Amino acid sequence: MAKFDFSDDSVVVVIGSGAGGGTLANELCQKGIKVVVLEAGATQSSASFINDEWKSFVQLAWLDTRTTSGSWRVAKDFAGLPSWICKTVGGTTTHWAGASLRFQEHEFRVKSVYGDVPGANLLDWPITLKDLEPYYAKAEYKMGVTRTNGIPGLPGNNNFKVMHAGATKLGYKEVHTGNMAINSQPRDGRGRCMQLGFCFQGCKSGAKWSTLYTEIPKAEATGNFEIRPQSHVTRIEHNASGKVTGVVYFDKDGKEQRQKARIICVAGNSIETPRLLLLSASSMFKDGLANSSGQVGRNYMRHMTGSVYAAFKNPVHMYKGTTMAGIIRDEAGHNPNRGFVGGYEMETLSLGVPFMAAFLNPGGWGADFAWWMDHYTNLAGMWLVGEDMPRENNRVTLNTNVKDQWGNYVPNVHFDDHPNDIAMRNHAFTQGERVYQAAGAIKTFRTPPYPSTHNMGTSRMSARAQDGVVNKWGQTHDIPNLFISDGSQFTTGGAENPTLTIVTLAIRQADYIAQQMTERAI
Amino acid sequence: MRVISIAQDSPDIAGCEEDSGIVRKVNLPLARREFLKGSGLLLGTLASGSMLATLAPSTAWALELKKLSTTEGQTLMAMGRTLYPHKKLPDAVYALLAKDLDGKAAGDAGAAKMLQDGIAWLNKSAGGDFAKASEKQREDIVRSMEGTAFFGTVRGQCITSLYDNDMAYAVFGYPGSAWEKGGYITRGFQDLKWLPEPSKEASPPPFLG
Repeated sequence: MAKFDFSDDSVVVVIGSGAGGGTLANELCQKGIKVVVLEAGATQSSASFINDEWKSFVQLAWLDTRTTSGSWRVAKDFAGLPSWICKTVGGTTTHWAGASLRFQEHEFRVKSVYGDVPGANLLDWPITLKDLEPYYAKAEYKMGVTRTNGIPGLPGNNNFKVMHAGATKLGYKEVHTGNMAINSQPRDGRGRCMQLGFCFQGCKSGAKWSTLYTEIPKAEATGNFEIRPQSHVTRIEHNASGKVTGVVYFDKDGKEQRQKARIICVAGNSIETPRLLLLSASSMFKDGLANSSGQVGRNYMRHMTGSVYAAFKNPVHMYKGTTMAGIIRDEAGHNPNRGFVGGYEMETLSLGVPFMAAFLNPGGWGADFAWWMDHYTNLAGMWLVGEDMPRENNRVTLNTNVKDQWGNYVPNVHFDDHPNDIAMRNHAFTQGERVYQAAGAIKTFRTPPYPSTHNMGTSRMSARAQDGVVNKWGQTHDIPNLFISDGSQFTTGGAENPTLTIVTLAIRQADYIAQQMTERAI
Repeated sequence: MRVISIAQDSPDIAGCEEDSGIVRKVNLPLARREFLKGSGLLLGTLASGSMLATLAPSTAWALELKKLSTTEGQTLMAMGRTLYPHKKLPDAVYALLAKDLDGKAAGDAGAAKMLQDGIAWLNKSAGGDFAKASEKQREDIVRSMEGTAFFGTVRGQCITSLYDNDMAYAVFGYPGSAWEKGGYITRGFQDLKWLPEPSKEASPPPFLG
């Protein structure tokens, strides 16, 4: 691994090493550009990952203090844990399920397609599916997505068999084991899926794509790459002409450091990214960096989510094998006859006994709750994930009453479900229950949203500077050498799991940055 | 709080039996009698012939409390059983709840007072001994305490104390860690036979080299 000087102002500093940051860093390094990645978390490996839900959670999750507000149920059930994302090298690509779906064509222009939705801050993306298609193809190849590039689908487990039987009986047509960035056969130096059932706990076989053991070692091999784990960035600095010049961070020993940079790319996930822009306010940028639009932190999206669990007379053993083992896509399109705009996916999900107890019905107790746990081996489960509406007041702000271990204000995450989110959730709950009833369920249960795993939109992409934070390349409208490189860029959320699109945007952004550097534009 | 296995160096017990989901080690809360110096003591036995008894090194268990009295520990066990009534879970699991709450009480005077006040209220409401009250009466009393800090602490602690231990795994049929057993690729991840099989297009066969 290379080692760059703190005062080397020719490097690109990337903050975060997950789907956005890890991918961007590798892509830049492959082009001969020098990159320093600052990652807040520590380094783990497939060997150190733990097949134990709580122990793994403590090992990987971002557990720094955060606060919540708003009418969403997460604020009541998990007041200090708005999201379930990671603080570790590889970021949330250690924890993600692997579902890799392209956005649909209309999902890049929802304002035009959905029209005015009261209470929603809809906007068309400044790019189209056509713009992204070549980059989606590169991302799918890089990640080894099943059912692309001639890669076979994964074998379905018991949980998928239940979903498939119910869905086909109900008349759903697009039901299969998904497009997954999990090796169904050996590929790219990594083995095939061992059906461990601990996808969320870091993949111990390395079959699931994670920047931890793909992008990062490939970047290291170029000699252009340095990663500094346990380095928590607290401030981005700029000069009198308004260009960013470097970052201040606390290193693994808790010592404050300053790294100079030619370009800074922020990929801290959609809560930390806007928080860092806000924390970096200065006399020149009083409302935070890149915030002339006032949109930094706003339009926070977390996807419409919910789960349905169903109990059957016979055993399922849903914990055996890939967590997200299959999908129903028939409800993913935009069909306003259902009473809402946008669509949703239905994807299998399973939890072990410890997390089932924590998440099935947070706060629940008594004989009914115990009944579900008693039937654990006979349960099947699915997660519902759909497009939610961006709203100006769903936002990440600095909570000036609470400070973190570095003495900085913690982020507060405010979210109110939009009526469209609620209508969609009710529809999805009903359809999920119908799927399981068709497969013979004796009882079904509607599980409320988990802490957010899909966090998007808090530094959104817009054609006009007054509507958003970044342009179509993820470059901030206000500061040419400051980029946003994670899901915060999303103008709207689509129905699909966001990682593939984050990786796609990172590959495309790397091309743009390299070209701009060559042209000496930045 | 020390939790020490009476049978020292006990070998791993039995192999994993996938269908029942039995796991290898059962960490019963067994304390060595000779070292007891605590404030209270919870004792019990696993029903002989039960699945857990066949796994455990001994059917007898004992658990020493640091701060709470024996009666207080028993009251918390009864509250745990009221909140999460599982006929198949032995008292030894509910004793883990008492142990974990006792640990909180031992380290924090404020928590100790809150717990002891709450326990006293449970017993007073039951006319003396909450643990001996009828199931219905216990449920009514616990429901009346919903929203209190005491209720929140005990209920929250139940989630990890009752459901994140080897005895619970065995009872509910969850084998836990799969890595050291090679995952489920050759151990029944598709063994469900009571529904029609998906097509090969929907679910291709596994790659087995």
